[in-house]
Amino acid sequence: MPIASPLPGGRFAPRALGARPPPPALLPPGRRSIRREARRACVGAIALGKHDYDVVVIGCGVGGHGAALHAVEQGLKTAVVEGHDIGGTCVNRGCVPSKALLAAAGRVRELKNEMHLKSLGISVEGVAYDRQAIADHASNLAGTIQGNLQRSLEGLGVDILRGSARFMGGNRMRYALPGRVDVGGEITARDFIIATGSVPFVPPGIPIDGKTVFTSDHALKLEWLPDWVAIIGSGYIGLEFADVYTALGSEVTFVEAMDKIMPGFDGEIAKVAKRLLIDPRSIDSHTGVLATKVTPGVPGVKPVEIELTDFHTKEKVDTLEVDACLVATGRAPYTQGLNLGAVNVETDRRGFIPVSPKMEVLDREGSVVPHVYCIGDANGKFMLAHAASAQGISAVENICGRPHQLNHLSVPAACFTHPEISFVGMTQEAAEEKAKAEGFKVGLAKTSFKANSKALAEKEADGMAKIIYRMDTLEILGVHIIGLHAADLIHEASNALAMGNTVDQLKFNVHTHPTLSEVLDELFKQCKTDVKANAKQPVLVS
Amino acid sequence: MMKAANSLASRGSKLLAGETPFRLNGGALHQSPAPRRRRLEVQDAVKEVFMPALSSTMTEGKIVSWLKSEGDEIKKGEAIVVVESDKADMDVESFNDGFLGSIVVPEGGVANVGEAIAFIAEQEAEMKEAKAKAGGAAPAAKPAEAEAPPPPSPPTAKPEENAAPDAKSAPAPPPPAPAPAPVAAAVARTDGRIIATPYAKKLAKQLKVDLAVVAGSGPAGRITAADVQAATSNGAKAPVAAPAKPAPSAPPAGGSPAPAAPPPAASTTVSELRGTTEPMSTMQLSVAQNMVNSLQVPEFRVSMKITTDDLDALYQTLKPHGVTMTTLLAKACGVALAQHPLLFSSCTPDGKGITYNEHVNVAVAVAMPDGGLITPVLKDCDTTDIYTLSRDWRDLVKRSRAKKLAPDEYNSGTFTLSNLGMFGVESFDAILPFGSSAILGIAGSQPCVVATEDGMICVKKQMTVNMTCDHRVVYGAQAAEFLQTLKGIIESPELLTL
Repeated sequence: MPIASPLPGGRFAPRALGARPPPPALLPPGRRSIRREARRACVGAIALGKHDYDVVVIGCGVGGHGAALHAVEQGLKTAVVEGHDIGGTCVNRGCVPSKALLAAAGRVRELKNEMHLKSLGISVEGVAYDRQAIADHASNLAGTIQGNLQRSLEGLGVDILRGSARFMGGNRMRYALPGRVDVGGEITARDFIIATGSVPFVPPGIPIDGKTVFTSDHALKLEWLPDWVAIIGSGYIGLEFADVYTALGSEVTFVEAMDKIMPGFDGEIAKVAKRLLIDPRSIDSHTGVLATKVTPGVPGVKPVEIELTDFHTKEKVDTLEVDACLVATGRAPYTQGLNLGAVNVETDRRGFIPVSPKMEVLDREGSVVPHVYCIGDANGKFMLAHAASAQGISAVENICGRPHQLNHLSVPAACFTHPEISFVGMTQEAAEEKAKAEGFKVGLAKTSFKANSKALAEKEADGMAKIIYRMDTLEILGVHIIGLHAADLIHEASNALAMGNTVDQLKFNVHTHPTLSEVLDELFKQCKTDVKANAKQPVLVS
Repeated sequence: MMKAANSLASRGSKLLAGETPFRLNGGALHQSPAPRRRRLEVQDAVKEVFMPALSSTMTEGKIVSWLKSEGDEIKKGEAIVVVESDKADMDVESFNDGFLGSIVVPEGGVANVGEAIAFIAEQEAEMKEAKAKAGGAAPAAKPAEAEAPPPPSPPTAKPEENAAPDAKSAPAPPPPAPAPAPVAAAVARTDGRIIATPYAKKLAKQLKVDLAVVAGSGPAGRITAADVQAATSNGAKAPVAAPAKPAPSAPPAGGSPAPAAPPPAASTTVSELRGTTEPMSTMQLSVAQNMVNSLQVPEFRVSMKITTDDLDALYQTLKPHGVTMTTLLAKACGVALAQHPLLFSSCTPDGKGITYNEHVNVAVAVAMPDGGLITPVLKDCDTTDIYTLSRDWRDLVKRSRAKKLAPDEYNSGTFTLSNLGMFGVESFDAILPFGSSAILGIAGSQPCVVATEDGMICVKKQMTVNMTCDHRVVYGAQAAEFLQTLKGIIESPELLTL
């Protein structure tokens, strides 16, 4: 949910200057309903008197949306300020359209896998796809979800203010759209929640031309299918795009700065992922190298040149010649232009806004800035849409005077490759480090999709799940899954982790047979729980 | 991957072999039950690694990945391989300490339960035994060898590392099926780089195609999967017919037997060739011309037996540093030549003068995949150190197979070396390349019963070197003196590392 860059002075609508309360402008103006205007006026009159709003959420991505909904539910008068598209990155340029591409590409991959279909007794011929139609599916989906979000806010009476926000000091904030005099204004609020999100991070030396050298923003439009794409970065974004591209017939080369691909994942899971998602496909990789210089090409005429430099020795090692280069090196916070100085706040070196565990914004000295919160990618704590939403709810709870801290270790994450990868909590490596530091023993259990009846019925038995837990308290430290529908399966584990359930309790839960959920059931049942003397026993109910 | 067997449990069927982690059964291989005091008896230190039974229903297993590579040190209980059974993927642990001598079943390969999938040597020194075993014991079930097997050699041939000039690094003809005929109309790259797409690379590895000889048809000479496929099908149909790129104008031809035994027999079925006549390639034509020219030169030959035990030992210690046997031999010649300027001189074209050359440049004959022959030159072998020479050599061989040598890199030789040691030949005659005074043919090194000066009998490894010289320039005594110097160097090879 990026806002625009710093606003040049004098762009505000004259009628808004000093006017209080300003007429909140809705876009398109024609959609403004008289009934709502009336209701807002009414609510505004009762609300606090002192401020226009109780809570103003800056940025309406998934995080801002979640915060706004929860604020309204708590009876707070709420507005969201959005300078671009409702739904932000996730809905418009991220998770949502990429899922559309992955769904289509995954089908193509499945239908082209004749051997697999044959083993199920199916034969298919002449599988073809229409690139533009797949691209349209993605953009239509984004449009649908965007509409859903907007209607859900409007339906609950959240004001949607169009423009980029700028702190004016005190409780005042201005919003405006560059080049528009009819939109914008100044408002006051008791509490602000910054939820401005992030933009693709592009390392220096890489010029983005949007055609042959591009970020996920452009790639999601699927304007063309290069025969050979280099993907810089092998995290979630890179992996998902590699999945899409290879399914549609492109070849992929990963360029990874770390010494192995998928560096952020649990080591064992990364190994399996490599075997399932990389090795059998038209993918190769260069690790331990940086793409220090990228020269855009011309599709079909001149290849893109990518100069690779050794990460450690800083020596030039190779030059790639590919048709396109997708830069997927992570995301950078979008926090410029907020005029944070007006509320005595400074971003860190990378642009993230420092926050307390309660999502309160911290000033230069590290003390809490009252009434200003920051959630989502802008604070950099856990750059995922659903984490932002959870942080938003947490911030609103704190605004309402009910101290709340989100346990980030219970926030699940998923990579929607085929098969999917998901996890919650720590990697085995991190858990072992913690165990060493704190002097406890780590328990480990693993199951395979190969032993699951449902997975075998689907003939999709590749993959595994593992759980890492404390041997002394039987608390879950982390759960990792790679396999069919892993992204959906993880929630049993993440919920258990959030609720503080221990593995000995989870053993007694019942799972439908045959389902993939038994992969987790098996996992819990395999945990050695006898170490806990006071293990809870099931209570017989007669 | 499951480390412990007890994690294998699946609903309704606990398929456990025991509580302990799976260990590979190590079976000692006693080849000579009553060993005599000879060097052969170390073999009981080589253990087989069997495909384990990971579940009661498992009959065969697939190697998912090797966690260790050949040559890696292994601790007992350490996971060395991931095996996929019918239920799960599991890390399998070693039952022995030692070194992973050789992998018999590569990644992706399938083996029946109980079959050998690798050999572990207890001592590093026994690695070659393990390798040798792998050569003999490889089961049939394996789709893709990680490395190309050595070229067809006589069944009696020693394992490659054993004999001195048998070195793998010697100019052996490359693996059987590389594509000799570049795709027509391809845009060749001028910078000598090989740009191949990920799938093309995978395919080339699978089909054992050398990308250096595949011409790319993609943008800017890029090699695509289709090019690799085309190269293999071309290779099967027309091994020599398609004209390659214009070959270097006049490569000074070297050892005679090499061109006489070009690899088409290996890459095509013999029946396809029978009864047909194929035009020679440009390179073959120029070799033929050079051979005819050599008839104008009065040649004579001198041969000598040289003991190679010390050279072999030196080679074994230097091998980890990338030193090859070929470069050791070239270096030996270089050092010897420095004392015999006549041996790297040449007769003037009018036959009335001797040109003493400035540089000791040793050309080494390399058989080309499509039947030609080229002689990449190791320059200044007398003064260049062995490590630099070895690096240069690897580069030269790679580029010569890709036909990317600059003229200076194949026609600046002042002395020629032809090595057929890897085929186990006893001795052979080389034909003198036009414009030089001597060529040395090196045969295989083999254990021989030798009577020593103090009247004892022992077994030493010896090879026969046979030098062909231009009698207008070099006389018998001078040739013999040179061989004496060379023998001295090879039998006390410490000098070579200086």
